[in-house]
Amino acid sequence: MPNSSSRTANALASPWRIALSPTGNTGDAFFRGLMFSAALLVLIIVGAMILALAMKSKLSIAQFGFSFLTSRQWNPVKGEFGALPFIYGTVVSSAIALLIAVPLSLGIAVFLVEQAPYYIARPITSLVELLAAIPSVVYGLWGIFVLAPFLRVHVEPHFARWFGWLPLFQGSVTGIGLLTGGIILAIMVTPIITAVIRDVLAAVPDSQREAAFALGATKWETIRIVLVNGAPGIAGAIMLGLGRALGETMAVTMVIGNRPEISASLFAPSYTIASVIANEFTEATQDLYLSSLVELGLILFLVTFIVNGIARLLVWNVTRKSGATA
Amino acid sequence: MSIPRIITLALCVVALVPFVDCGGGGGSTSEVRLVGAGATFPNPLYQKWLSEFSKQHANVKMDYQSIGSGGGIKQIQAQTVDFGASDAPMTDAEMKGAPAELIHIPTVLGAVVITYNLQGIAKPLRFSPDVVADIFLGKIKKWDDARIKADNADVNLPAADITVVHRAESSGTSFVFTDYLAKVSAEWKAKVGADKAPQWPVGQGGKGNEGVTGQVKQQPNTIGYVELAYAVENKLPAAIIKNASGNFVEPSVDAVTAAAAGSAATTPDDLRVSITNAPGANAYPISSYTYILAYKDQKDAGKGKALVDFLWWGIHDGESFAKDLQYAPLPAEIVKRAETKMNSITSGGKPLR
Amino acid sequence: MTTALTRADRQRRVTNAVMTSFTALCTVFAVAILLIIFAYIAWQGIGSVNLRFLLDSPHPVGEGGGIGNAIIGTGVLLLLATLLGMPVGISVGVYLSEFGSGRFAVIVRFVVDTLTGIPSIVTGVFVYAIIVVPLKHFSASAGGVALALIMIPIVARTTEEMIKLVPHSLREGALALGAPQWRVTLGVVIPAAASGIATGAMLAVARVSGETAPLIFTAFGSRFFSYRLDEPIASLTVQIYNYAISPYDEWHAQAWAATLVLMFLILLINIVVRFFTRKKF
Repeated sequence: MPNSSSRTANALASPWRIALSPTGNTGDAFFRGLMFSAALLVLIIVGAMILALAMKSKLSIAQFGFSFLTSRQWNPVKGEFGALPFIYGTVVSSAIALLIAVPLSLGIAVFLVEQAPYYIARPITSLVELLAAIPSVVYGLWGIFVLAPFLRVHVEPHFARWFGWLPLFQGSVTGIGLLTGGIILAIMVTPIITAVIRDVLAAVPDSQREAAFALGATKWETIRIVLVNGAPGIAGAIMLGLGRALGETMAVTMVIGNRPEISASLFAPSYTIASVIANEFTEATQDLYLSSLVELGLILFLVTFIVNGIARLLVWNVTRKSGATA
Repeated sequence: MSIPRIITLALCVVALVPFVDCGGGGGSTSEVRLVGAGATFPNPLYQKWLSEFSKQHANVKMDYQSIGSGGGIKQIQAQTVDFGASDAPMTDAEMKGAPAELIHIPTVLGAVVITYNLQGIAKPLRFSPDVVADIFLGKIKKWDDARIKADNADVNLPAADITVVHRAESSGTSFVFTDYLAKVSAEWKAKVGADKAPQWPVGQGGKGNEGVTGQVKQQPNTIGYVELAYAVENKLPAAIIKNASGNFVEPSVDAVTAAAAGSAATTPDDLRVSITNAPGANAYPISSYTYILAYKDQKDAGKGKALVDFLWWGIHDGESFAKDLQYAPLPAEIVKRAETKMNSITSGGKPLR
Repeated sequence: MTTALTRADRQRRVTNAVMTSFTALCTVFAVAILLIIFAYIAWQGIGSVNLRFLLDSPHPVGEGGGIGNAIIGTGVLLLLATLLGMPVGISVGVYLSEFGSGRFAVIVRFVVDTLTGIPSIVTGVFVYAIIVVPLKHFSASAGGVALALIMIPIVARTTEEMIKLVPHSLREGALALGAPQWRVTLGVVIPAAASGIATGAMLAVARVSGETAPLIFTAFGSRFFSYRLDEPIASLTVQIYNYAISPYDEWHAQAWAATLVLMFLILLINIVVRFFTRKKF
């Protein structure tokens, strides 16, 4: 590698100053330009998507305005549309999915990185990633033929008996409903979250672990330190899982009951934004109908934005307090 | 990057060249490629037709993909496919949305059956039209209701709640079923109406015919509506419905053809018609046509000829495959009228038949 | 000299035992679920997997047939999606981690996060509107673009996280040797994060290989063997979808069998990628 004196001088400066310096070598500028254009491309594409969604939903925004977000009516025949049942279904099913998947994934990832010997960890990692490859349609079919009957016969009656005083577990037990949708989403997002957290934890330098052990920490206390170290990465993993949960269509729509109603019970059928778009988009021939569906897509974007924002704030808070650096 | 890696990368790029063969050419010059999309209901039959037709016409390559009736209408309007397929005929508004005149060619008939899951009941149940409507309206809530018992005196009905299963998504099947309900129940017509995606008063939504089938099969005391083939292939019972003439008719391909034959007199010239609750002693009341949609003036003469040949073959030779797959063949009068329609398809002014 | 265990020590040991058993339990639970799902798919489908099934094209119901063209179609689509999506995704990830301190980067990161949450059908309809409708025909290239759009945020996000985890000492060492920034990133940082980036890539490939809705609107589906990019092309997921929603048991069995084949394909890709990105030291 040719070694000019200017480069040697630059090497002593921080990477950021080299990248931003106007006298940095052309290779740097070209490389940075390339990366920048990729990022710009993504922005343009998403911008185009949002623009397309906004333009197509002008009709229903004009017609319903803000009441679209609070109305519970979804009647294509009469031309009355409201988003609230779908927002409810999407948020609750994703919440259930994450509530189940995040602790599960953390547990699996920690086990695979910290505890399992190599000959167990490697195959199980590949196995978990394989779960991510199953088509949604197949998950949906498995849900109808295996999961829903199982829940209806062996799980939900017990919930109803022991926790039936909570409005969450009242109502008829059919196996098809919000709970089943949440559970199948949990199964679908676990591989993603697990795989990413596993890599994040594996990348934490061993020096951290060794230092903890040297101070007399138990295995679990060491793991805690590693987890805090990897907190931003773990947050990223959860975001990916959340993204999958919010946008998942086929599998959810086969087991969630597809009823645009808000009910306190988890056993009741429900409906998510992604499901209603998938179910009704190709058949929606009236303009207002189509526009309302597109507006639902726009609202999903918004929900994702808001949830992402909250999550980022939380992570920022945690890493700020603990002083961990990635 | 090392030299060997750069060479490998370059080889990979070069290997892609045969894939990017844009434009015409590729294959024999007389090969015709046709693409169609639409209703899921006739898909198995159309796949059979495509396969059989290509045995006799090797230079015609045709593909059909089920995306739903509405999808078929949208794609033919956008001209991304050469023909569309729909269970429900296009409305006037939809026909105006197409850039040129579209023709409806009926291909086969289908039946929507009421299916249910009740333990220990050997014979199919009988339903009167008003009972069906009130079950789906949520007014009849239990299986041992007096009105259900009235039609099934010798059946031991359980004292259980009825769980209604309907279609979650927009579908031609829902349209046919609600069209029938709107004809036999004034309350249904006023409250819900006939639509591909009505607001169901009660029940859970299953995705697709297979979703409803699955949910009915897996849950006891459910009732739902599916295409005949799904009930037969999954060994689910199909209810016997009282038709407009007052007879209880079992859903069968012959009863469906009878419904079409019974309505032939009132079928308009463009063949867009609803044949639910049709007149005729042996007519099954929840029957419907399924259509193929094609432009009257075909832009490409080669493709147009292939399409017309295919459709002609379909409504004549193709009908022989229908019954085995649980589809009802067209009655003779309708075949004649479809022939007239096909003779009117032109390309650049010249008829293609 | 022995010291008696204090109460705090006992508590720490108990917590340790509980938590380490919890993690083991989670893994057992997850493996159990995977095995249940896999066993169900295998039980339903294994009867239909034979050589003819793997080599033949689809036939009407009652005549057997196979998924040979769908396997090739999925291969073509995945290749196209990877070629389009991977460079962009990795570049965005590199940008966010190496140059990502400005406000522009914050916006990009946010946008990428949001992109992961878009239902795949919306992406499919978007690509349909910008590619299929103007050209008035469905094509494999449109399918590849749709899948690439789904892949990009996953790859970008994981690439960013993995690159951020590369210790600064590696970078500083390379810079101290006089390497320019771009050489450091390409030659040191990315290879160091290679296994993590590969995980992101594998997740993205696995995810898009299971997608159906976007392909129906773009690549369409076909009965024929084809590898041309300007024509509709078959794919395993669309074929599985077509079979699964039909009334016939024979086609259902083929759908399960095709799922087995798909999972095996992904496993193969996984093994190959892992082999090439294994840590060589």
